[in-house]
Amino acid sequence: MGTGTELGRVRGLGAAKNGVGHWWQQRVTAVANIALMLWFVISLVRLPALDYASTVMWLRQPVAAIPMLLLIVSVFYHFRLGVQVFIEDYLHNEGTKLLALLALNFYALGGAAAAVFAVLKVALGA
Amino acid sequence: MASATRPRVRPLSPHLSIWRWQANMTVSILHRATGNGLAFGGVVLFLWWLIAAATGPAAYATFYAAATGWFGIVVGVGLTWVFFQHLMSGIRHLVMDTGAAMQVHTSQTFAMLTFVASIVLTAATWVAIALTKGL
Repeated sequence: MGTGTELGRVRGLGAAKNGVGHWWQQRVTAVANIALMLWFVISLVRLPALDYASTVMWLRQPVAAIPMLLLIVSVFYHFRLGVQVFIEDYLHNEGTKLLALLALNFYALGGAAAAVFAVLKVALGA
Repeated sequence: MASATRPRVRPLSPHLSIWRWQANMTVSILHRATGNGLAFGGVVLFLWWLIAAATGPAAYATFYAAATGWFGIVVGVGLTWVFFQHLMSGIRHLVMDTGAAMQVHTSQTFAMLTFVASIVLTAATWVAIALTKGL
């Protein structure tokens, strides 16, 4: 320390310790979510009923199961990135922040795995 | 190269305490609030629905009874608005990320429009649900 400019000493030391990757992935998943969530809402609205038989029959079709899997990946990744910023903005104790980020990762990954398994079980099940 | 030196105490704006309510403040904080609401409330209900469908008719019947009861409908309408509000303020963010619509007047107008759009879309969605499901 002590040599170089102020910019040179702080470069690469931002809060996230990386560059624009987080910001960009948030935008990529946001654009994907617009298409996938509108498809999801319109599909559910158009179904004549949402009881067990109708829902399972709908989800068994590849034209429903494939977008659903893409939606799960995009939505869960998007909220993982968003809630991460929320935690970083409001939790200033390093220990609490670490635990919250750990819990967020487990929640997002665990939830996505459960959702993907559920779709595959319905789509591929007898 | 001469080392860059700056005064330790940076000047603050003298107008920090002088402000009035603006629509874009509300849209900004609501984007965060609705996003986190969807990440926890919406995602948990989404998982309940999917896992119930994958588990079988009995598990799905429990979900279906809760979702179609009056409380479930109220939560559903609320969640629909939360989703459309986050979608509209998110689209506003994507537009502003390009550097467009940053002028004070335009920014305010688009902020107000996110509320109009989210309310209209929520109403349209539930009218359509009522028509297709014969509620």
